[in-house]
Amino acid sequence: MGFSMLRPVFTQLFKKPWTNKFPAKYQPSNTTNYLKAVGEGKAKINPPVATPDGFRGKIKYDTEKCIGCKLCIRVCPCGAIEFKEKEKKVKFYISRCCFCSQCNDVCPTNCISMSDEFLLADTDKHSKNLIVE
Amino acid sequence: MSTKATTKTTYQLPIGPIHPALKEPVMFEFEMDGERIIEADVKLGHVHRAIEWTGMRRNSIQIIYLAERICGICSFVHPFAFCRAVESACDIEVPERAHYLRTIHGELERICSHMLWAGVAAHEIGFDSVLFLTWEMREKVLDLTEYLTGNRVTKGIMTLGGIRRDITPDQIPKIKETLNYLKDNFEKLRHVYLDDKTFKMRSQGVGILTKEDALKLCAVGPTTRASGIKKDVRVDQPYAAYGDIDMKHMTPDLLTGEVNGDVYDRIIVRLLEVKQSIEIMEEALDKMPSGDIVSEPKIPKLLAHIKKTVGEGVGRDEAPRGEVIHYVKFDGENENPYTWKVRASTYNNILAWIPMLKGEQIADIPIVAASTDPCMSCTNRVTIIDKNKKYILDKEQLHRLSVQKTRRLMR
Repeated sequence: MGFSMLRPVFTQLFKKPWTNKFPAKYQPSNTTNYLKAVGEGKAKINPPVATPDGFRGKIKYDTEKCIGCKLCIRVCPCGAIEFKEKEKKVKFYISRCCFCSQCNDVCPTNCISMSDEFLLADTDKHSKNLIVE
Repeated sequence: MSTKATTKTTYQLPIGPIHPALKEPVMFEFEMDGERIIEADVKLGHVHRAIEWTGMRRNSIQIIYLAERICGICSFVHPFAFCRAVESACDIEVPERAHYLRTIHGELERICSHMLWAGVAAHEIGFDSVLFLTWEMREKVLDLTEYLTGNRVTKGIMTLGGIRRDITPDQIPKIKETLNYLKDNFEKLRHVYLDDKTFKMRSQGVGILTKEDALKLCAVGPTTRASGIKKDVRVDQPYAAYGDIDMKHMTPDLLTGEVNGDVYDRIIVRLLEVKQSIEIMEEALDKMPSGDIVSEPKIPKLLAHIKKTVGEGVGRDEAPRGEVIHYVKFDGENENPYTWKVRASTYNNILAWIPMLKGEQIADIPIVAASTDPCMSCTNRVTIIDKNKKYILDKEQLHRLSVQKTRRLMR
């Protein structure tokens, strides 16, 4: 057959789009106002595609369990972890994190884990959202 | 080439380093006669990132994640080759189950990469509806990758002496489901790519690489197999679990009965390999033995072992684009490797562009260049820049540098 794509293209006209429209069907003219409206319950967010089990998102850190062994600093490939000498604890800079989960694997007390949070875009790399301690 | 005298009938045409038709920075210099290319030259070195230098200042566990980022989409084969090199240098055993898991992840990446390539090839000839059809199917493979590893592209699943995540029995139905989806839709894909008039017009008889040229230029991967050379690390020197799996070289004559070495044949080879990868994954899933997935789970112990090691190792595997070789050397004093050398597959395929492009038209440049699935960021290893920002490496200097490096390594 000469033009094999004709049929798929025309059937696609009657199908739902493959893309999940997140966070809204149409790009809001002002994202801040849109998020405010969502917060007040006036607008609704189109939910993102669910993450599977074992997803590597933002690091969660249990300060109580940490013994300050510095193993995570030794294996971190991107230097995202800083040691706090005074308290003998660590500090994670998520803006540098490459989500390899190696610190999570190496930790002897299992005080580090990966959550399913992935919306981490920010204009300030030292913002509160991007530092875990 | 720029020093050559230009006659009245020919003119020079530079394309790149940054050009809309090229996905990555590479510079072509063409000698043109009207629309026809009579001479082609390639210049590299625009995306050098000093990865090896960086790696020599990190320990082996950290390098795995650096190696993952040598190439954007080959995020499994580079760490795989690196781990094989370290394993051979430090005598680290890999459990049987890990071998099978490595095979499965390697093939998953091959499917992903070949589908991406097929979409890009369709885009290069201006057939964008096929790009979306292919990438819709690729999305399923990416979802499976995310399900198995936790990340969509940079998988972070390789480790020294095994693999980081196991495939549990309750994950198998999802894998089977995706593989069946791919198998069901493979015919659709094959029909579009191999029977469509548009594809045939643009790819048959274009960018021919003869068997002699492919042998002479040491081309690797699907580029060389499309020219009829049976070269595949998975079959020739089986690694991981490929030795237990029945497979053969994918050459275009399996489907059409003849080898032309043109762009069309390279499409055939990649499509056949997608099908082969699905079969390999199914067979590996069935045959997979139970047991450990990593030989030494304690990373500090592993790093201490590497620190004591004196020796060198070479790791190679078959990436979607061809053979990848990593070389490491340890001096027994540091955790960091003394030397780390990467040879990516595109390095071998670059020179094959010149015989492919000669005699073609300007409009064929994107599809012919894309047909080897080039990856510039993989390839760029050396950039020499002087104060005037020019390449200043002549043959004598290169030889001297080479001798110096050999001596340094011999120490």
